[in-house]
Amino acid sequence: MSTSTTNPGLSPVRQSKLTRGQRPKWLIPVVGLVAVVAGAALAALIGFSVALWALFAAVIFLIAGPVAVGLIEGSRAGADSLMTFLVYAAFLLAVIPLISVIWTVLANGVPGLTSNMLLTSMNGITGFQDNKADAPGDVMGGAYHAIVGTVSITFWATLMSVPVGLLTAIYLVEYSQGGWLGKAITFFVDVMTGIPSIVAGLFAAALFGMIFGPSTRTGFVAAVALTVLMIPTVVKNTEEMLRIVPNELREASYALGVRKWRTIIKVVIPTAISGIASGVTLAIARVIGETAPLLVTAGFATAINWNTFSGWMTTLPTFIFYQIMNPTSPTNPDASLQRAWAAALILIIIVMLLNLVARLVAKAFAPKTAGR
Amino acid sequence: MSTTVSTRKPGTESSAAGRAGDSIFSGLSLAAGILIFAVLAAVALFLLLQAAPTFGAAPADVTGGKGFFTYIWPLIVGTLIASVIALLIATPIGILVALYISHYAPAKISNPVGYVIDLLAAIPSVIYGAWGATVLAPALVPLFTWLSEHAGFIPFFSGPASQTGKTMFTAGVVLAIMILPIITSMSREIFTQTPKLHEEAALALGATRWEMIRMSVLPFARPGIISSIMLALGRALGETMAVALVLSSGPMIASLLKSGNQTIAAEIALNFPEAYGLRLSELIAAGLVLFLITLVVNMIARAIIARYKEFSGAN
Repeated sequence: MSTSTTNPGLSPVRQSKLTRGQRPKWLIPVVGLVAVVAGAALAALIGFSVALWALFAAVIFLIAGPVAVGLIEGSRAGADSLMTFLVYAAFLLAVIPLISVIWTVLANGVPGLTSNMLLTSMNGITGFQDNKADAPGDVMGGAYHAIVGTVSITFWATLMSVPVGLLTAIYLVEYSQGGWLGKAITFFVDVMTGIPSIVAGLFAAALFGMIFGPSTRTGFVAAVALTVLMIPTVVKNTEEMLRIVPNELREASYALGVRKWRTIIKVVIPTAISGIASGVTLAIARVIGETAPLLVTAGFATAINWNTFSGWMTTLPTFIFYQIMNPTSPTNPDASLQRAWAAALILIIIVMLLNLVARLVAKAFAPKTAGR
Repeated sequence: MSTTVSTRKPGTESSAAGRAGDSIFSGLSLAAGILIFAVLAAVALFLLLQAAPTFGAAPADVTGGKGFFTYIWPLIVGTLIASVIALLIATPIGILVALYISHYAPAKISNPVGYVIDLLAAIPSVIYGAWGATVLAPALVPLFTWLSEHAGFIPFFSGPASQTGKTMFTAGVVLAIMILPIITSMSREIFTQTPKLHEEAALALGATRWEMIRMSVLPFARPGIISSIMLALGRALGETMAVALVLSSGPMIASLLKSGNQTIAAEIALNFPEAYGLRLSELIAAGLVLFLITLVVNMIARAIIARYKEFSGAN
């Protein structure tokens, strides 16, 4: 830029060649191709593998690309292109594990997704049955009891945490008016968000252990642990949603002589209900996959137990964990692994469905006031 | 409604009911708010009560036979090692991915990409653990072998490398994948809040895109990035299942490529189901230590966020 202003004589030349000093369009694809070929050659020297190939190709490209651009367009453009390539590379790197996880769960889980898996429990299943099973379809036993446990424990946790979370958010937004108590609650909700899930489990175990004797383990203890984890999520999501309800709506309602509590119930919450509902759904999706607090609170059961208040319970995550760590037949863990992956698939499907439902709910209940 | 407005007489029966409703409702919501305090206080109190026998016990009775501190120290170190590995990997990648979503990706795909990254956060930790143990650990064995052969003089990489890949390094990588969405989604939010005028001014002065990001986006977002890293650290410190499934634990060692080391959370999860008596309260005491560590980390993060809100004028 500065050269063209100090040397006006150069400008006609520049204008006739607008693309001078810029990289040709084919430069990046060619560098990429060279990197792939050179990467393959280098990888072959050491001992070929796809991962090694990708690694070498990426490194060569990340060095050669910016250097080529830098030689043509100057060092600033070179640095710019280096960062661009790094950003794209980081994104690809972040997506790889996601694809790998989903692929692994699908590939290992689909063969095990039999009617046995969905409709029977592990009651009476021992290593004997596992050793007899040769084909994936022959494996006995399933995760029905774990699905029952997951549903009932999550149900109780939701039942306890949603009212508390909702009312707390209402207090923060509608009543506290920036008072010290509101600030303190916000702070402690943030602190609660950071409680490790295992500590929440220990808390519930310690609480019930002191009241009902040590090693009290029921589904309800687990539900209390999950409630501790769920409340802050519900509060945060609801608070955010209540805050974006326009103040004009509240004031219009007050102007009509409506009481504050009726304004909140009839005006504020219906306006924000889509966001609240999807926030609650996301909170459920978060706690449904919790494993650590259930290990210390719910015990481990092999039979179906619908009663949350007595007896041990198994949920899908703990089912997966125990099937992997303590296979039913230690000499032949394949059957247990198959059940674990099938349970993982069921769990992922539930979580993804909940996420999808959250999005749909947000759309379906969204207030139909266009123009804002 | 319109009748109440036109004939507004204070003290009619409907307004008396309304006043009661008002005070009941505000009382309920206040009670819910105070319940949060109560829960948090109860967490600390019950952990403390149940952990108390450990601190009074004779050193010889505690696992390891040399007192609680000797027992908990390697676990704290192991927890920190795993979290530091996770942060070292996840921080640069997470920030770059956030930059991709906020400034590099075409507008059409940046939203779906953000959604995909949020999906990474939605996958339950036990599935990450199972994946790490069956897919990632064997895949990392060649790298471990290579590292121990060529960089074995560094204590962290001293060999012989584990042949199952179930090491601290693998656990750190799995943790990195789990905390990446936290860093990315928080940083992304702050990156998109950068004042458009700053960005356009930089571009108008002839800055390249990277120079624009370095001069206008990153300085604006620095406190937010730091607090997102702290929050991710809090998550990594308390993460249980990934470590419990991936790491084959053992005594404290420096090498990250051999099996060994253990974290607090995994130690609790693996031993609690069979624990009773003093061992039970020992594990609860370990949980208390973990609680305090994450509490401090999270409070620092929140303090940074609060300071930033006060001074930046972003709100």
